[in-house]
Amino acid sequence: MSDIAAPRSSTHARSVKGGGRNRSGQTNFELYSWLFMRLSGLALVVLVLGHLFVNLMLGGGITALDFAFVAGKWANPLWQVWDLLMLWLAMLHGTNGMRTIINDYAEKDQTRFWLKALLITASIVIVVLGTLVIFTFDPCLDPHSTLSVCK
Amino acid sequence: MPSKPAGTLYRGREGMWSWVAHRITGVGIFFFLLVHVLDTALVRVSPEAYNEVIGTYKNPIVGLMEVGLVGAILFHAFNGIRLILVDFWAKGPRNQRKLMIGVGVVWVVLFVPFVIRHLTHVFGG
Repeated sequence: MSDIAAPRSSTHARSVKGGGRNRSGQTNFELYSWLFMRLSGLALVVLVLGHLFVNLMLGGGITALDFAFVAGKWANPLWQVWDLLMLWLAMLHGTNGMRTIINDYAEKDQTRFWLKALLITASIVIVVLGTLVIFTFDPCLDPHSTLSVCK
Repeated sequence: MPSKPAGTLYRGREGMWSWVAHRITGVGIFFFLLVHVLDTALVRVSPEAYNEVIGTYKNPIVGLMEVGLVGAILFHAFNGIRLILVDFWAKGPRNQRKLMIGVGVVWVVLFVPFVIRHLTHVFGG
């Protein structure tokens, strides 16, 4: 079917013809990015506000935060999954937001390229480091640990 | 790329300022997030290293910065929900002014109890 016969043909029909590209020769990356910001944003409202409530409002709040507090939380798989999801979604959401800002304000192609290279490098390092920390955490690194797994 | 024409300022009133504030709070939260993953990573170094660095979060000056951080997060969260409603809710654009007031109300309702509780922890000992 030609474009004239079906000027508003579906994205799917277009992407099949154009190898993932629409008629103007671009991919739908920006559409998915726009949608991702809204979906991840919604999840992050729950994840981040829950994190703040449990860590800063309950019990002793900030004064109670120490290694034992982290060990107690990560002894529960719910908090491991919570923190992993929060790390990934927040980093993707934040990195994509920063990408938008770089595109808006850095006018030279070279400046844009290097700022984005720096951004993506920093983001990958932080996501990999954070993921490793959650998966390799050892509560018994603390000799005074009172957790049952360390006895 | 064309250079900016001189002497133009988009005066978009509250819609523009909420957009500016969304960007500024977003950038601030992003940089805190980078630091926060790094400080948390110290749990893999030693309990003492982690406790020492997390101890700086309990210092009164840093405690006040945390109030600012939480204020920024609450604004970014609920202004983000307003954006979603404007984009996806059929009546969103027509009610955008009411949504803006809603963001302010929710922000105050959540922020005030937080400030009281957090400053009690930080300064109350």
